[in-house]
Amino acid sequence: MVETKKSVAPKAPKGHVVVNTERCKGCGFCAQFCPTGVLAMSKGFNLKGYHPPIVADAAKCSGCDLCGMYCPDFAIYGVKNGRKPGGGDL
Amino acid sequence: MSESYEATVTDPVSAPMTCDSNPVEDWLRMDRMPHIWCPGCGIGTSVNCFTRAIEESSLDRKNIAIVSGIGCTGRVAGYLLLDSFHTTHGRALPFATGLKLASPKTKVVVYSGDGDLFAIGGNHFIHAARRNLDMTVLCVNNFNYGMTGGQVAPTTPEFAIASTTPYGSVERPFNLPYLAQSCGAVYVARWTVYHVKQLQRSIREALEKPGFTFIEMVAPCPTLFVRRNRLGDGLAALESYEENAVIKNGADTRECDLGMGGPIVCGKFVDIDRPSYLSNQVAHLRKVLGDRYVMPDAWQGVVE
Repeated sequence: MVETKKSVAPKAPKGHVVVNTERCKGCGFCAQFCPTGVLAMSKGFNLKGYHPPIVADAAKCSGCDLCGMYCPDFAIYGVKNGRKPGGGDL
Repeated sequence: MSESYEATVTDPVSAPMTCDSNPVEDWLRMDRMPHIWCPGCGIGTSVNCFTRAIEESSLDRKNIAIVSGIGCTGRVAGYLLLDSFHTTHGRALPFATGLKLASPKTKVVVYSGDGDLFAIGGNHFIHAARRNLDMTVLCVNNFNYGMTGGQVAPTTPEFAIASTTPYGSVERPFNLPYLAQSCGAVYVARWTVYHVKQLQRSIREALEKPGFTFIEMVAPCPTLFVRRNRLGDGLAALESYEENAVIKNGADTRECDLGMGGPIVCGKFVDIDRPSYLSNQVAHLRKVLGDRYVMPDAWQGVVE
């Protein structure tokens, strides 16, 4: 059987991240270790003068919360869409 | 926690914002935030792994007490929203011992740094492990005394630079898993803070296992140890852990020394069963004293 190429509608992302930019100290762990490359470090500053992360490619986010596990300042977390932060049902 | 702060939702795609607070905040004393740890410090990451491990475990949060000594890692007890003791320098284990004897139903966790647990409190560590007291010891190893300015510690690798050894330390450091195993710990593991998932699973196993369980968590001290030894920043240190880590479960702990730039052997090294101090004491006194033995009230129904 020959597979034909279909135009596929862009998939909805599986999750999203929430950043508390004012608590961030700009260590860069989240952006470096994000398994799908969602995050990048911003060129802008927060009030303390650190560069917080920004979402560079939201569509790739799987909501795995690895950024939340790495963040030493408790400033970011990932959520699977349709789930509560930490994993429970909505 | 009903702390109000600016939370920025950075999701442009429409995912509904489900909660405005980080799940880890349930476990933190938010009035104490922001914490004192430097940018790129690994202690916060280890705290994340710890809170998630408790969440996943079968433990009742009201029954956990966390005991810390002094130092950067010693602050953990003050930041966690659990029963906590911030004790004198090096004496976290004696406080924890008293706590466990007075209230055996409490799960006692000692969360402290390498200087506190192995230099000032080294003696207490070997005896707590020897007795097999039922507690979990989590040691954040950042290879120096962070809070006081980066002095050489018993875990500083050979030839590494610290503020008191400007030409490099010539002392042989402790190999913490080997020390813990030879003193009698029933569970010994080592992970770096790069290995968050493995560390979380390991902490959960240690919390659920009866007896003296020990986990070494290798973490960067970006302001002192990492900077003085020209290893970059905290992020560069984590990348070097990724590169140098060798995961070897069940490895011989004698071969787990840490050197500058050498391999970091990670994994679960020891997982054995041995009767704990309390159950040993009760069994022995019952045998010797027979009916004359009266168990303390707080131990009833907890110690077999």
